[in-house]
This record gives sequence, structure tokens and C-alpha cells, in this order.
Amino acid sequence: MLRFAGKRLLAAVPLLFIVPFLVFALINFAPGDPAYALAGDNPTPERIAMIRHNLGLDEPMFARYGQWVWSAMHGDLGVSFIADQNVTDLILRRASTTVSLVVVAMVIAVVFGMLFAILASLRPNGIFDRIVNWVSSIAIAVPAFWFGIVLASLFTVSLRLFPAFGYRPLADGFGTWLSFLVLPGLALGLLPAAEVALQLRSSLGTVLKSDYILNAEARGLSRLSVVLKHALKNAAVPVVTVLGFRVSEVLAGSVTLEIIYNMPGLGRLAVDSVLARDVPVLLGFVLFSTTIVVLVNLLVDISYGYFNPKVRT
Amino acid sequence: MTATTVAPTPSADQPEGGAVETSLLRGMLRRTTTVVAGGFLLLLIVVAILAPVVAPHDPNAQDVLNRLRPPSGEHLLGTDDYGRDVLSRIIFGARVSLVAAVQAAGLALVIGLPLGIIAGYVRGWLEVVLVRVMDAMMSTPSLVLAITIVAVLGPGITNAMLAIGLIMSPRFFRVARASTMNVRHETYIEASIALGCTGTRTVVRHILPNVLPPIVLVTSVSLGAAVAAESSLSFLGLGVKPPAASWGSMLTTAAANMDTAPFMAWPPGVMIFLTVLSFTYLGDGVRRGLTRTRAE
Amino acid sequence: MTIDMTTAPDLLDVRGLSVEFPARGGGWVRAVSDVSLRVGQGESVGLVGESGSGKTVTSLAVMGLTRLTGGRIAEGSVAFDGRELTSLPEREWRALRGGGIGMIFQQPTRSLNPAFTVGDQIAESVRRHLGLGRRAARARAVEMLKLVEIPRAESRVDDYPHAFSGGMCQRVMIAMVMATNPRLLVADEPTTALDVTVQERILTLLRDLREQTGVALLFVSHDLAVVADLCERVVVMYAGEIIEDGTAGDVFYEPQHPYSAGLLASIPNPRAGIGKRLASIPGQIPSAGTWPAGCRFQARCGFAVPGVCDTAHPPLLPSPAGSLSRCVRAGEITLEGVAAG
Repeated sequence: MLRFAGKRLLAAVPLLFIVPFLVFALINFAPGDPAYALAGDNPTPERIAMIRHNLGLDEPMFARYGQWVWSAMHGDLGVSFIADQNVTDLILRRASTTVSLVVVAMVIAVVFGMLFAILASLRPNGIFDRIVNWVSSIAIAVPAFWFGIVLASLFTVSLRLFPAFGYRPLADGFGTWLSFLVLPGLALGLLPAAEVALQLRSSLGTVLKSDYILNAEARGLSRLSVVLKHALKNAAVPVVTVLGFRVSEVLAGSVTLEIIYNMPGLGRLAVDSVLARDVPVLLGFVLFSTTIVVLVNLLVDISYGYFNPKVRT
Repeated sequence: MTATTVAPTPSADQPEGGAVETSLLRGMLRRTTTVVAGGFLLLLIVVAILAPVVAPHDPNAQDVLNRLRPPSGEHLLGTDDYGRDVLSRIIFGARVSLVAAVQAAGLALVIGLPLGIIAGYVRGWLEVVLVRVMDAMMSTPSLVLAITIVAVLGPGITNAMLAIGLIMSPRFFRVARASTMNVRHETYIEASIALGCTGTRTVVRHILPNVLPPIVLVTSVSLGAAVAAESSLSFLGLGVKPPAASWGSMLTTAAANMDTAPFMAWPPGVMIFLTVLSFTYLGDGVRRGLTRTRAE
Repeated sequence: MTIDMTTAPDLLDVRGLSVEFPARGGGWVRAVSDVSLRVGQGESVGLVGESGSGKTVTSLAVMGLTRLTGGRIAEGSVAFDGRELTSLPEREWRALRGGGIGMIFQQPTRSLNPAFTVGDQIAESVRRHLGLGRRAARARAVEMLKLVEIPRAESRVDDYPHAFSGGMCQRVMIAMVMATNPRLLVADEPTTALDVTVQERILTLLRDLREQTGVALLFVSHDLAVVADLCERVVVMYAGEIIEDGTAGDVFYEPQHPYSAGLLASIPNPRAGIGKRLASIPGQIPSAGTWPAGCRFQARCGFAVPGVCDTAHPPLLPSPAGSLSRCVRAGEITLEGVAAG
């Protein structure tokens, strides 16, 4: 099992180099001179040349990329063009907010998705099953950030059930930390929850018709054990795959939710860096999200080995 | 003997009665959801085209004295924070969303479909290269790609849709390639190639019909996804330039005025929701209709 | 192992069992009608019939798995050791299944959960029914694997099902079921999906197990030759009902129903010589819901008498030779059985 995980890790690493390079290349080959774009309106030739030199833009692209990679491996992601702050610091400070939000959203998605799928599968084609199916299909069309606005106006402003916007770190207490994350987490988690529910219900439906399930029943095992232990493990693979895809979308969605709920996360940073063409920050953000996605894909791959022992051979 | 139920499991997509449809349209009309979805989208398109005629007010006309009013006779959906009529902005926003969706999905189709067919048909090193590139694109977090492209090209609705279109093209590529490969290796294709039928002819007559149903589904879903993406980007300020009306940017003002005018979030949100949903159901309905027609 | 069969109550007593399934277009259709059979303590009974005869439905009803497979018991009773099962609450069924009655299935590779080790699955049954702790359960799993002659049981116990061949999987399944000491083993075509040589070994295993543990056996099969070897009594099913019920010797040497004779005749006889054609019964078994009035076999029967066989539905009655038969002509006609020797 360990060797399997190790192999998967090795396969995943190249992506960490490729994606930032892609971004780097895109920025480089963009129409127009990057320095020109950065110089703002009505730049003088001297200003452009100065910016080029400052950014090291007069060196060949690969050399620049190589330099960036080298510094990045030492933890140095450069300095922001605008804020004159260390990019690594900027990102790390805000990362915990974004990561917390994504984690809470995914946990909500898994818990509710699994709950409804399992309950629905207990009475196939019953009313509950059909309702879950219908609601899940529709929920996928709901824009996460709109749902976030609605939840916020309902629970925070009108009903005052949840705290006002912002974020408190875990150090301030689990309950406090969670209370700031519940509403945005729900908004972000709705879509993946619906997908998990649909996918798991479908897999469970297929698995529950298998011979080994009949065998488990014939051995007098409890219904709970049959569904939660025997069926679930076999139904897990497509669900985990779906979840893996959704993480990067949740990460994307967190940008909008952070803005609505006024959370000091990476979202705002990313958007601002785009608008200001703050390249080092942008690259730093790219590296960060790529790392997250790579890690998640890795976890998904490894989990296949756990759920389906045949894969390990 | 394995345990098999004698009773057939009722499946949601069996039509009542058993007659096989003879036309695509009838196939689609069979399902109420498809009809409703199609009707809604048709209405939306008509309204969008006739926006200047249909909208009760100028969407950009400000009336600061009447800011943030709830729905009334004069303003059926109320006014926003600049006193502009929400209903009119919704109507013009429909234009933005539909055009944006077509731009993005269209670009994805134009890139992904031909490349997918080529890859699935020609095979060889070209296919390998294309697959690798598309895979890399798919594994890149879409947000990263989107904001990079927008950062490079500058904000604006067209650039944003360019980004979205590029990001969605791997989906089209994969589907086109898979369908092509399905058919490519049928013996009759290999026979027809051996007989000297030109590639183009084979593609058009044999491969396209096979590729069409799944592509239609992907296109429709992608149109919905593009609407959703445009609204997110506009919400963030990376899409339409203010004061242009877009459902996404309307939500920005709604978020900013949550405490004073909570109702404002609903019109644009509901529109986005209904539009995305309709595209999804429409695509599914068309795909079913096409599959059934081919089944004869 | 001597069991006084005259005074001990039957282990399994099925009376008048009818099972029905939902029909296309609404309503219910009977798959099995008025089936009665007995298995005595430690006895081995064969349930024989073609596909579609209802033998699997019957075996599943004995296990209480009818509802799970989409059907319901329309009427009749199933009694195990004197206990009526048809009205048993689910909780008690779960104690009985595995603990009192065990079942092994036709496709051994598909009947084992691919996500758990074989040891895990055996130990699970053992913990559930024998109440053993983890370590004791695992030890028992190894012991059972040895009993069914899986080599290197101590290491194989941690293998996953995909590491076992078909025959080995069947052994594992037998180990799993026998581990909880059931009194009755229902075997639904356990060797049909296996190679002939492997078949023989599994049958030997079953024979040995019966000798060692005294477990009763209800062996369901379409293969008469297999049943002949293993079973003391034979029950033949056709189109959802029993058409003959007698000792193995009686049914084989003196069949009392044309269908049984037909089945016997279609067993390939290596001594018959090359020129002789393989006998077969012409026609097809009528499916549930299309049973004709009168005798259900008459369309394919060479002895059918119009006016007699196609009017009244024949009852199951004792025949002159001793076995029960549903043929009204049982006393008049001479049917060829297997040649002795």
C-alpha cells in the first residue's frame, strides 16, 4: 500500500512544475509587452525599460523561470509589485482562511451527500429516493455565491443566528472558528453535496444488486453492516473521483464566498493581483492552488488503492 | 443461479407506451422538463433580442432619489442602489449572459470538436500530443487558468469568455475523441478506408452522427456552465465593465446592500439558476431524442 | 453418523409453498406453486430441475431471501426444526441465517466481497454468530480454511478474493458458511460454474463435511449425475412445482414421471457407443405465468393422453414404486431409469 502511494506521489510532482510554467509562458507570450502592460497608461520608453530591467524581463524566459523555480524551492516567491511585501508571507498568512473554508465545505458535502444517498438507497424508488434525486439534480444549477448571499442575508442579517462576517482562526476556539465558516461552507458545499448524493446513490444502487451483497445477507449480517461496510466500500470509487474534481471548483468558488463574507483569504488577493497585474503574487497564488489540487488528486489516487484492492497489484 | 428480480426496475426514462419516436422533435417533446426548459430559453432569447423594446426603462437610467425601492407598480422588481430599474437590468443582463455563453461554448466547441475528431481518427503521435495537452489543461485548476488569461488580456467580458471557452474545450475534445474512436474501429469504417473512401467523406457520413448526441449534451451543459462562469467573473469585477448590466454584477450590488435591500439578490440569482437548469435539461432531452432516432 | 430418522422432527419442512413475483404491467405471477419438501436431520436431499423450474426461488425462500429478490410468499409454510419461518421477524431471521441455515451460491468469485480479505469475511460471520473476539475469530477463519484444504492457510487468510481461483473461492465460501456451524446447508448449483475436475473435488469436500459435522444438505442442481452421487433423496421440479419425490435409488432406477425419465436419458452415457444420438427432451419449459391447464409437462410428454393430461391438474400422489409422482399414468407406463452397474 505504501509503495503504491509512493509511486503515485512521484507521478504527481511534475504537475507542480508544469502549471506555473504554463502560466509563466502565457504571461510572457501575451499580446503586448508585459512591462508595457505593467507600466500603466501613457508610459514613457524610459519607464518601460526600467520596469523591464527591474523585473529581469530582459533575460530569456527560461532563465527567468528557472530563477523563479529555484527561489520558490527555497521558499522565496519574490516580492509583490504593488504591496512591497514578501509574497510567501502574504500567501501563507491568508492561506489558512481559504483552506479552512474549503475543508469545511468538503466535509459538509461528504457528510450530507453520503447521508442522503444512503438513506435513499434503503428504499429504492421510494418517495425519499425520488425527492433526493430531484433536489440534487436541481441543486447543481444553484450558483454558490448567490446561495451565499441569500444565506448571509437570511441568517446573519435578518435572524442574527450566525456571527457577522469575517474569520477567526482555530486558535480562538473550535466553536468560534466553525461559526464563521458554517454559512459560506454550506453555500460552497451545496453543489458537491448534490453530486456526491447523486453519484453515491447510483453506485450504491448497482452495488446492492451484487452477488456478494446477497451472500452477506445470507450470512445473517445486519442491514447496517451490509450497507455501511460491504456496499459502501465498493461504491466509493466513483464518488471519490467526483469529489476530487470538485475540490478545484470549490477552491475557485471560495474566491467569491470570501468576498461576500469579508474573509481575509486568498480570494481577494488573487482578484486584486489580477486587476493590478501583480505577477509575483499571481504566480504565488498559482503555485498554491496547483499544490492543493495536486495533493487532492494524489489523495484520490491513493484512496483507489484502499477501496479497490485489485488496483494495488 | 444468481438472484435476479423478475420485475423490471422502473426506469425514469422509459416513456409511457412503447412506440419508438420517428422524429427528433417528437422525441424531445415527450418529456415535460425538456419542453419547459426549451420554452423558457426560447422566451429568454426573444426577450434578449427585443430588449430595448421590452424593457420598461433604460437599464442605465439613474434615479438617485428612488434608490433601493422594493417592487412597485412603476418598478416591478424594484430599484438598485443607483435607482436603476431592476427588471430592465435583468432583461439586458439576459443579453449579456446569452451572448457570453455562446461565445464561450462556441469557442470550446470550435477548438475541442475538430481536435477531438482528428485525434480519434488519425491516432498516432498527433493524438498523443493533443491528449497530453488537453490533460494538462484539465488538471490545471480552472480558476488559475481563468484569472491568468484575464490577467494577461485585461478584464472585460469578451476576454473572460475567451478564458472560459479555452478552459471548457478539453471536455469537448474528450467527448469528440471518445465517440470518434468508438466508430473508427468498427470494421465497416476500416473497410471503407481500405476501399479508398476519402477521410472527409468517412468523417461526415459515419463519424459525425455518432459524435453528435454526446456533443450536444456537452454543449448544452457547457452553455449553462458558461452562464454560471460569466456571472461569477462579473460578480468579481473581472467580467462586464460597469455600469453595464449583468446578472453577476447585479449580485455584487445585492451583496453590498444585503442589510438594506435583501430582496435584490433574488431576481438575478433566480435567473441564473433557471437558465443553467434549462440548458442542462434541454441538452439531456436533445441527447435522448437523438439517441432514440438513431436507434431505428 | 446414525440419526434416528423416525422420531426426530424434520429439520426442514416446507409445505404448500407458493412464491410470486411482480409481473410486467402490474399484478403478481407465481414462480413456484404448492411446493412441499422435507429434509431430515443430517439428510442430504437433491432438488433437481432445468433453469426456470423454480428451484432457486424455492431455495431462496428457505433462506428467507424472497423479499430481497423482489418476490413474496403467497401461501404455504416453511418450518425449520419445528419453527415456522414465514412469519419470522427480520431480526430473528438474521440470527437464523448463517447460524442455523447457511447458503452457498453458484458464482463463487462474485459472491465474495472484493474489498475485504477472505479472513475478514469469515471472521465477520464468526464474530456475528459465535460471539468470538477478534483474535479467536481470526484463528477460526484459519482453521476453516485448513478444513476446506486451502494450502498455506495462515498466509492466505489475508488475501483478497481476486487472488483465488474459482474452485478455491468456492472452498472459501464453504469455509465461510460452515464456520458458524449451520445445521442445514443450502447449496445452489455450487459446482455449475466450475471445471469438471474441480467440481469433483468440491463434491468430495461436501461429502467429507457431511460426514464430519452431520450437516444436512439441500443440494440444488440441474445436473442429475452430480445429485446422484451426493444425495439420499431426490426431488424433481418442473415449471414451478414438484413432479417427483423419492429416494435417490428409486428415482434413478425406477423413475415415476416422464420428465424424470427424460432427464435421466439425457445424461451422456460413455458406454453407449459412438453412433447413438444424445437424447434430449423436445420443446421448452413454460415460463411463469404461461403454465397450461392440466399437466404442465404434457406439451413435451411422449406419454400424454389428450383429454386426460390436458384437462385436470394432476396432484402429487404416491406411485406404486414408492416415490411421489405427479403423473396420472405413473402406474401404467414403464419408464426407463439409469441402467444399474
